[in-house]
Amino acid sequence: MIYFILIIFLLLLMIGAAIYAVNQKDLLYAVIATGIISLILSILFYLLQAPDVALTEAAIGVALTTIIFIITIRNTVRYEEEEKTKFKSEVK
Amino acid sequence: MKKVLIILLLAVVGYFTASTFFDIGFGQQPFVEGVKPVKDVYLDKTVSTLKVANTVTSIVVNFRGFDTLGEVTVLFLAVTALGSILYKKRHQVGERSVLFSASKIVTSGSKLLFPAIVLLGAYVFIHGHLSPGGGFQGGVIIATGFLLMLLAYENFSVGHTGLSIIESLAGITFAGVGLLGMINGGTFLENFLPTGVLNDLFSGGVIPIIYIAVGFKVTAELTGVIYTVLH
Repeated sequence: MIYFILIIFLLLLMIGAAIYAVNQKDLLYAVIATGIISLILSILFYLLQAPDVALTEAAIGVALTTIIFIITIRNTVRYEEEEKTKFKSEVK
Repeated sequence: MKKVLIILLLAVVGYFTASTFFDIGFGQQPFVEGVKPVKDVYLDKTVSTLKVANTVTSIVVNFRGFDTLGEVTVLFLAVTALGSILYKKRHQVGERSVLFSASKIVTSGSKLLFPAIVLLGAYVFIHGHLSPGGGFQGGVIIATGFLLMLLAYENFSVGHTGLSIIESLAGITFAGVGLLGMINGGTFLENFLPTGVLNDLFSGGVIPIIYIAVGFKVTAELTGVIYTVLH
């Protein structure tokens, strides 16, 4: 019973983080939220007895993808604009 | 005329799809009576013939080894495409387009953590046939170690020629082991080494060799990705 409650709690947390990531205008926070989704997903894989997939998800989803997105944000623009996104090279 | 043709084509495709779905007996025994399901054959062969403790590894590297070769090729092509898109003339050797000014805590911490991360990654791919994990996971863990060093030190660089040599040698090892299986009178990637004792480090025949090769290959490729993105 506790097992099911834990899984449902983690799933709700994942949905919440996903909604936050979509609505957030600050892209850095949105990327961190997607990293949190991957982290919870890897915990869920571990609870569902798939440790191989959990390792892959933790390494790729949490570490590598998040860092590559953060480097991209650093090179382009951090805040999402209403009308259209401008790149740094266009602003100059 | 065109629309009629499209509707006709869709109707034909839809009819055959629907009839195929009706033929599949969902929820029924998919195999003929008296024939073992595939999962039982895999579970039996993994322990009795191959002497591999981790069933996932035996399926990924041995029974579905050719698919793994395809996956490694896909990763290689993706990395090559990224490199060709982000290629530009290097400003100067050692100069980086993305600069991070890391503090003393970050530099000391990453210097301390780097050997531990590399050791963990090597453990994960060397013990791929015994414990969860394998070549891909271990390679990614080592690549995150290199990422930490690249973020902490502005003038930390990985040799690009060294990476490509490691990557090519690992790929050749994978394909060469597969071809050796054919030369020894089996199929592609068939085991030809003695399998040893279950749960030993030196067991499973060619599986550890292939996983170590995959580990080195993935490490080199993903480190190359991070290096290209940062420069």
